[in-house]
Amino acid sequence: MSEAAAEQLLEITLRVNGVRRSARVPARRLLSDALRHDLGLTGTHVGCEHGVCGACTVLLDGEPARACLVLAVTAQAHEITTVEGIGSDPANLSPVQQAFAESHALQCGFCTPGFITTISAFLVENPHPTPEEAREAISGNLCRCTGYQNIVKAVVRASEIVAERAEAGR
Amino acid sequence: MKPAPFVHHAPRSVEEAVAALAEVGHDGKVLAGGQSLIPLLSMRLASPGHLVDIAGVAGLDTVEVADRHVRVGAMVRHAGLERHTGAAAALPLLRLALHHVAHPAIRTRGTTVGSIAHADPSGEMPAIAVLTDAVVEAVGPGGAREVAAADFFVGPLETTLAPDELVVAVRFGRFTATTRTGFAESARRSGDYALAGVALAVDADGDQITSARASFVSVTPVPDVLDLGPALAGRSLHDLPLDAVAELVLAHVDPESDIHAPAEYRRMLAAELTRRALTTLAHDTTEGAA
Amino acid sequence: MSTRQVGEKVQRREDPRLLTGNGRYVDDLGRGALQAAFVRSPHAHARITDIDIADAWELDGVEAVYTWEDLEGRVGEPLPVLIPHPAMTHPRTGYCLAKDEVNHVGEAVVMVVARDRYVAEDACGRIRVSYETLPPVVGLENARAAARLVHDDVPGNVSANLRQEVGDVDTAMAAAPNRLTLELEIERSACMPMEGKGVYARWDADDESLRLHSSTQTSTGVRAAVAAKLGMPLAKVEVVTPDVGGGFGVKIVHPWPEEVLVPWAARRLGRDVKWTEDRREHFVSSAHERGQLQEVEVGFDDDGRLLALDVRFWHDNGAYTPYGIIVPIITATQLLGPYKPGAYRVEFWSMYTNTVLVTPYRGAGRPQGCYAMERTMDAIAAHLGLDRTEVRSRNFIQPDEMPYDHGLMFQDGRPLKYDSGDFPASLAKLKELVGWDDFAAYREQAAAEGRRVGLGIGCYVEGTGVGPYEGGHVQVETNGRVNVATGLTTQGQGHQTVLAQIVADELGVRLEDVHVTTGDTRRMAYAVGTFASRGAVMSGNAVALAARVVREKALRIAADALEVSADDLEIADGVISVKGAPGSSIDLKTVAVLSNPLRYAFDTSAQAATQFAGTFDPDKPPVADDDEPGLEGQDFYSPTQATFANGMHAAVVETDPVTAEIRILRYCVVHDCGVMVNPMIVEGQVHGGVAQGVGGALYERMVYDEGGQLLNASFMDFLIPYASEVPHVETDHLETPSPLNPLGLKGAGEAGTIPVSAVIASAIEDAEGFPIRSMPISPPELWALRRTHSPDPAQEGTS
Repeated sequence: MSEAAAEQLLEITLRVNGVRRSARVPARRLLSDALRHDLGLTGTHVGCEHGVCGACTVLLDGEPARACLVLAVTAQAHEITTVEGIGSDPANLSPVQQAFAESHALQCGFCTPGFITTISAFLVENPHPTPEEAREAISGNLCRCTGYQNIVKAVVRASEIVAERAEAGR
Repeated sequence: MKPAPFVHHAPRSVEEAVAALAEVGHDGKVLAGGQSLIPLLSMRLASPGHLVDIAGVAGLDTVEVADRHVRVGAMVRHAGLERHTGAAAALPLLRLALHHVAHPAIRTRGTTVGSIAHADPSGEMPAIAVLTDAVVEAVGPGGAREVAAADFFVGPLETTLAPDELVVAVRFGRFTATTRTGFAESARRSGDYALAGVALAVDADGDQITSARASFVSVTPVPDVLDLGPALAGRSLHDLPLDAVAELVLAHVDPESDIHAPAEYRRMLAAELTRRALTTLAHDTTEGAA
Repeated sequence: MSTRQVGEKVQRREDPRLLTGNGRYVDDLGRGALQAAFVRSPHAHARITDIDIADAWELDGVEAVYTWEDLEGRVGEPLPVLIPHPAMTHPRTGYCLAKDEVNHVGEAVVMVVARDRYVAEDACGRIRVSYETLPPVVGLENARAAARLVHDDVPGNVSANLRQEVGDVDTAMAAAPNRLTLELEIERSACMPMEGKGVYARWDADDESLRLHSSTQTSTGVRAAVAAKLGMPLAKVEVVTPDVGGGFGVKIVHPWPEEVLVPWAARRLGRDVKWTEDRREHFVSSAHERGQLQEVEVGFDDDGRLLALDVRFWHDNGAYTPYGIIVPIITATQLLGPYKPGAYRVEFWSMYTNTVLVTPYRGAGRPQGCYAMERTMDAIAAHLGLDRTEVRSRNFIQPDEMPYDHGLMFQDGRPLKYDSGDFPASLAKLKELVGWDDFAAYREQAAAEGRRVGLGIGCYVEGTGVGPYEGGHVQVETNGRVNVATGLTTQGQGHQTVLAQIVADELGVRLEDVHVTTGDTRRMAYAVGTFASRGAVMSGNAVALAARVVREKALRIAADALEVSADDLEIADGVISVKGAPGSSIDLKTVAVLSNPLRYAFDTSAQAATQFAGTFDPDKPPVADDDEPGLEGQDFYSPTQATFANGMHAAVVETDPVTAEIRILRYCVVHDCGVMVNPMIVEGQVHGGVAQGVGGALYERMVYDEGGQLLNASFMDFLIPYASEVPHVETDHLETPSPLNPLGLKGAGEAGTIPVSAVIASAIEDAEGFPIRSMPISPPELWALRRTHSPDPAQEGTS
C-alpha cells in the first residue's frame, strides 16, 4: 500500500475575500499552495516557504500572516484576505496599490502582494504613520529590487490617499 | 520544500487532544501556531506521522490576570498577548519582550506558550518564563500537573514534557509593585534570533537595590536565572557597579559559536546589553511595575 | 502638442497589473501540469556508485523517474560552455543530471515527475543514491594550494589564467618614489531574486512543437539551446518569458539543467510539466558570485598620482564554468574606474572549487574591482596624509581626455574605451551632497558625545550596454494601437514603460497607445538578453530605430494621401498633419489602413484599403517592389563598443564603541547614466542597487564548511537586509550623454551595487583608524579586528 494512495484527503471550506470556496486537499497542504493551486488565486506569491520573506503574507481575520506557515485545513477558522481581496481590478486600485504605483514602490512585483496586504492592515491600526513608523511596519518583508525607500514613501502616501478619498466621498 | 504526509487530528477538548497524543506517541507533534513547526515540516527536518492541531480546543485562548500571576492559554497568540492591556499593566515585561519576537506577521500566528514548549534557548519567552518564576500547566493521560519553569527546560529544544502531555497554559508570576523590569537584545537584522538578549527584574527600596535578577536569550543552553544580588544588592540605582555586574554575566553565560557570531562576542554582548538595560531601567522614572 | 515622454517620471505601465495579483509568473501558469523535483547531491565531491529508484515508483502519482542513464542524445551530453575564451584552457560544465560524479552540494542527480510537488518530493525521499565521497576543495586558499583537485584533469584547479599589461609596470614600479601593497578579500554572495527559477513546458504532440515558459533573462538563448539539445527545428520551439520576479544575473545563465529536462520530459511523457525552484534549491543549485582574493601593488608619486599598478587576483568560479570568465575579466578591466593607472598589469587565475558555480551577479566583477581600486586609493591617501578625495581627483581622467582608451580588452572582446563622463563634476556634486568638507566638525561633535563615526567614498566606471545587438519591432494597427516588441526579457526594470516612452516620442503617438512585449520569441526571434545594464541602451535604441522606420513609412504614405512632401509633415498624438496647416491631416491609424492593400475589408475602416476604394496607378503593383504591406518596421541596434556610465558614492557610518555594531547614518549617490529616459525608474534602480550593495557589505555571505556544505542555505541565515537595515539613499544626477547611440543613453541597472562594499569599508576604516581589508564585515568581525589592533581590550570595560 503506497502512502500517497493512503493519504488522508480533507474537504475544506475557505472563506477567501468574502467568498466561500471548497477544495479537497491533503492535510499537509499549505495555505499558500491551496490559494494558488487549488483556488487559482496566484496573486499570493511564494518566496521562501520558511516564513522569512513575507511574499506570501495574507490577512487572517484582518491580521497579516504567512500563508506558507499555515495549513489550509487550519485556515478554515479564519476570514482570509489576499491581494486580490485588497483590489483585483487594475483600473480600480486600492489606496495602498495606488500609492505603490505613484511612488514607484515596486519593480519586479514578486514581493509586492505581501507588502500590499501587510501595509493595508497596518494602516487600519495606524492611519497616519510617520516615515519611521512606516519603515518599521514593512521590516518583516523582504524586497530585493527597490531598496525599500519608495515603499516607505508609498506607505505614507497611501495614508494620504485614504484621507483624500474619504474627503472626496463626503 | 513541502511537508511529508501526516494525519491531522482536530480535537475539540483537552481530553481529546491528550487522548490523540497518547495514541500516536512519539510519532505525534502538537500544532499550535505552527510558526516554528511548519518550517521544520516543509524542510522535512521533522516528519511526524500525526499532528494534533489544538487550534480548535475550547478554552485555550484566554489570558487571565490574577493578583499573583498572568495566566496565558496555549492558543493565545503573541500578538494577542502583546495587545492585552491587562497583561501589559500587570506584567510590563511581557510586552517588552514580545515586541522582539520575530516579526509582527509571525506574532499574529505564533503562540507564547508554544514558544515556551518549543524550548529554543534563542526564544525570548522562555527567558521571560524563568525570570518570572512561571509555572507550566501540563495535562497528560494521568491528569494535570504543574512544573516550575526552572525545572521545565532541560536542554536546547528539550523539556520535561512527555510526548503524551499537552501544555495548556503558562502562569507568568507577577513582580511586586516596585519591581523595575527591562529587556534588551541585539540581532543581526531586526526580527532575527538575537545574538544575545537579557531580561531584568530589579527591586529597590527607594534608590537602594534590594534584589536583582537576570535571564538571557541565546547565550545559555537552557534559560535560567542569574542572581545579580551579589553585585547590586544594597547599591544605589544611581550608582550602578556595572563592571561587577558585567563580571557576573561573563561568568554565567555559556554561549555557542555559530555562523553569525563567535561565543566570545556573544558573551561580551550579553554583558554589555545587561549594562545598558540596567542603566535604562535605573533611569526610568516611571515608578515600579505593578 | 503632445509632451515629450523621454525624461519624464512616467508612472509604470506594468504596475496596475502587478499590484492587483494579475501578474503572471511562471508558477502562476500551468495549473494541473505535472511537477518536477530533483534528488540533489548531499556531497560536495563524490562518485555515484549506485542509484536505487525502485521505492519511488511505488508511490501513487509518480509519473517518471529519470537518471543520467535515461537521457537521450544531446540531452545526456555536457551543458554548453556559453562564452569560450582563449585564456580559458580548462572549461568544464556539468550534465543535466550528474553522470558518475558530483562536484558540489546541490547538483541534480535524479529527476522525478509527479502529480504535484508534494508527491514529487515524497518520491525523492525514497530514492537512494550511493556515493563514494572524495575530498572536496573548498575556498580559494585550498583551490590555490591544489593539494586536491576538483576535476582530475584540471591541473592546479585553474580553469583560466589571463594577464594584460599596458606600459612597463616593472620599470615604472621600480622608479616610483612610493610603493604600497595590499592583500584584499571579498566573499561570496548571490543574486537571490525573490522568485527562484522556473520552467513550464507545453508539448503539442499533434504539432510536434514546444512552448516553453521560463523565468530567464534570455528567451532567445534558451530557445536556441533547447532546440539544439532536443534536436528540434527552431521553428518548433517557442520560448516565452512571463513576468519574472527578479534576476540580477543568475537567470542569464542558460540552459539550466531544468530548462532542458523539463521540456524533454514533457515531450517524452506527452504532458505539460512544470518545475518551480524552491528557496533551498536556489541556494545550492543556482549560482553565486563575488569571491576573490586580491593582491595589489601600487607605485605613486608624492602627490598621490599613480605611476604603476600591478594587480593579481584569484577568482573562485565554483565547480563549473558555463559562463566562462566574464566576471574576472570585468574585475580586471573595470577595476580602473575613473582613474589613469600609469603602467598597469593585471593577472588573474580563475579557480575551481567544489561549490556552487559562480556567474554574474549585479555588478558582475565590478564590485570586486572597485573594492580593490578604492581600497588602494584610501591607502595612498593615508600613506601621504592627503585628503581621500584629493588623491582620487588627481588621478581622474579629465573630460577633455574623452574618449579615453585604456589599451585593454573589455568583456565584449572590444577595446576598453570610455566614451564620455565628467568625473571632476561628479566628485564636486558628491562632496557637496554629503558635506565632505564639514565632516571633521561632525566627527568632533560626535566624539564629544562618545560616538564613533566615519566617512567613506567610492568611485566607479561601469561599461554598460554591451553588444552584440538587440532588435525592435514596431507595428501600428488600424485602430491606432502601437505594438512594440523587443527580444530581451524583463525582470522589473520597467521596460514596458521606458520603451513605450521612447516609441511614443519617436513615432509621435500617445503613450497609452503603445504596448510593449519583451522576451517572447514569437514576437522577436533575434535577441541577446538582459544583463550588463544593457536593456535601455540596447533595446531603447533598437525600438527608437524601428520607430523611425515606421515613421518614415507613415510620412511617405501620408504624403501621397495628402499630396504634399513628406518633409512638410509632422506627427503628434497619432495624427499626421502638414506643418503650419493643422486642418490638413490624416490619422496614423488611417495610414495603417492604407499601408496594407486589401481584397477583403474586415471592418468599415478597412474598406478604405480595398481594391475598388480609391484611385491607383494601374501600371504599379499594389505593393511596390521595395515595399512591404503593413505599417510596421524592424531595426537592430548594434554598437561598436560598450558605453561607460559612472558614479560616486559616499556614506557616513557609526560604529558602536563597545559592541562594534555598524549603522549607516547617511548614504549619498551621484550617478551619471547619460540621458535618463525615466528618472523615477533610474532612481529606483539606484536605490535597489545600493540595498543589494549594503547586503554584500554588511550582511550577506555564503558560509561553506570544510566539507563543502553551505551552512546558511535559508533566508533565516543568509541575511538579506530588511527595510530596517537599509539606509535612506540621497541621490543627485549628472547627465553626460553617450555619443555612441542615437538616444545618448548609458545603462543604469547595476550602478547602485558596484561601489558599496568599497564605500562601507572606507567609512569603517575612517571611523576605526585601522585598515579594512576583508569584506563583508559583521559586528563580531569588526570587534575581533579591534582586538588585534588594540592589545588592551579596554573597550570591554567602558560603556
